[in-house]
Amino acid sequence: MAPALVWLTALMVVPCALVLALAFFRRGIYGGIDYTFTLENFGLVFDPLYAGIFLKSARIAGTATLIAVVIGYAAAYAIAAAPRRWQPVFLFFAVLPFWSNYLIRTYAWIVLLNREGLITQLLRWFGYTGEPPSMLYTEGAVIAGLVYNYLPFVILACYAPLSRLNPELAEASRDLGASAATTFRRVILPLTLPGIAAGAVFVFVLSIGNFVTPALLGGGRFQMIGNLVYDQFLTANDWPFGAALAMALIAIMLLVLMAQAMVANRAAGRAAQAAGGTDG
Amino acid sequence: MSEPRTLLAIDHVSKNFGRITAVDGISLDIRENEFFALLGPSGCGKTTLLRMLAGFETPSDGRILLDGKDIARTPPNKRPVNLMFQSYALFPHMSVRANVSYGLEMERLPAKEIRSRVDAILATTELVPFADRKPEQLSGGQKQRVALARALVKRPRLLLLDEPLGALDKKLRGAMQLELKRLQHEVGITFVIVTHDQEESLVMADRMAVLKDGKLLQCDTPHAVYEHPADRFVADFIGVMNFIPGKASADGVAAANGARITGKVPAALPSGASAVASVRPERIRLFPEAQTANRTTGTVEALAYHGLDLQLHIRTPLSPKPFLVRVTADAADRRPVSSGDQVELGWDAADVRIFAE
Repeated sequence: MAPALVWLTALMVVPCALVLALAFFRRGIYGGIDYTFTLENFGLVFDPLYAGIFLKSARIAGTATLIAVVIGYAAAYAIAAAPRRWQPVFLFFAVLPFWSNYLIRTYAWIVLLNREGLITQLLRWFGYTGEPPSMLYTEGAVIAGLVYNYLPFVILACYAPLSRLNPELAEASRDLGASAATTFRRVILPLTLPGIAAGAVFVFVLSIGNFVTPALLGGGRFQMIGNLVYDQFLTANDWPFGAALAMALIAIMLLVLMAQAMVANRAAGRAAQAAGGTDG
Repeated sequence: MSEPRTLLAIDHVSKNFGRITAVDGISLDIRENEFFALLGPSGCGKTTLLRMLAGFETPSDGRILLDGKDIARTPPNKRPVNLMFQSYALFPHMSVRANVSYGLEMERLPAKEIRSRVDAILATTELVPFADRKPEQLSGGQKQRVALARALVKRPRLLLLDEPLGALDKKLRGAMQLELKRLQHEVGITFVIVTHDQEESLVMADRMAVLKDGKLLQCDTPHAVYEHPADRFVADFIGVMNFIPGKASADGVAAANGARITGKVPAALPSGASAVASVRPERIRLFPEAQTANRTTGTVEALAYHGLDLQLHIRTPLSPKPFLVRVTADAADRRPVSSGDQVELGWDAADVRIFAE
């Protein structure tokens, strides 16, 4: 316990505290830091220009999360329904992309989405002759890259509760007169909700702070908060504002994590209330 | 009781899983309001048969007629049949009340009717104090009652119970056996219970079917199955039986040591064929009267006191295994025996059952 605390303090708490402290100073005239106390960096975060980037980042991360949860849950459901001895094989394939580098995986999407990339060639092969579709350097490309990179988290998070679910529960629901759809909505979904929440939080938190995928697949001018923070530290040389942005991002992530913890705690209770709707 | 009417007719039903035949051409009728037991060792096909009645498996062949209508391909949610699962399968995220209401909500009944029917069944099953608890807060016996209430509240034509008492300890099991019988009379629903426990089916069932390797060996009242087993397997599986191997003759079996066991020989058994004579432990008397048809002597090897009776292991020249003999407590008091004693034993020809070996 004690060594872990030392490491946590040295590698997490102290750097975070330093960044937090940085946010309360002014930017020096020639770059660097002017050590006079100010709150204006935080004020600037709420400037419509930057608040807009926060909102856009949240929208992109939210969309990526939604898509990843739908695809990931379906994949996890299919894996959990497969014969027992095949499940580890399918899981292995689901997480296989993780074994390659994040950058390489993202570059692969450039190869796919390029104007004369694989998808365009495939369309041509099917007889398409018009203008190549512009897919790269769009918001859609960024979302696709995020979904692709974080999908395995959702699959793993959803597979755990799905594979532990007693199959007799679904049978009991059918036996009591429920259709397959009702069984899913009232029994399977509520009992696997904590897995969905865990997977969703993973995708959202990793997506909203991501800067590599928007930089590569969104093109040079495409900005999410991650890119903005990166620019403040490395291009604009405004460390205090970069620190304030980073703190705002961390605050958002903490809020999301707290919300997830609440879902996890109340999942059972909420589902029971929903199920008991007719007697109230 | 009115004339028994067939509720469910299982008509030459088979089920194959790949090359394995789990159920092999079973035909039997289950009557209205009857407590019916499907009994057999594990792997005999009883659970597969039950799952076909519930709708979770489709027969490879044959028909399942409920009130004369073939339901073999009707999905489980469209049959007036409910199953009480061996694991109970209570919804862990719902309260007892929500679990029990679930099936009625699926029928889209008015909330008021659901409430009153759920209240009534919770009262019948003595679950009212636990209505707001979650399944994890219940004991095994309480869970079992919730599972039962959840199925009964639907008022099915047929209630299937898969090893309903398997998860309970022995004492509770005895109480629940009587409780289930009482409930069955009270609600007037036909019960089909699957069990591997022969004692359980003897105690509870009005009629029982004995299955082995996917085939039906015998279907009759517990009394008839116990007293007149269809074959050697049933005789051995139900209760305890002493077997004497030998060769069939016109009026009995000639044991290996030359002794003659007198009894009724089945018509199908030719003289000279390998056969076993058998007799229940409680039909054997120590120190029999002189005119007793079948007699032998033996050495007491072990005694086990069971309160109601005394069980003796007696080595005889008739069979390689020692005989099990049950003597009532007061007979044992009148003429005490102890280990190592030479005793005379005898039984009547009417108590002998003879089977092909």
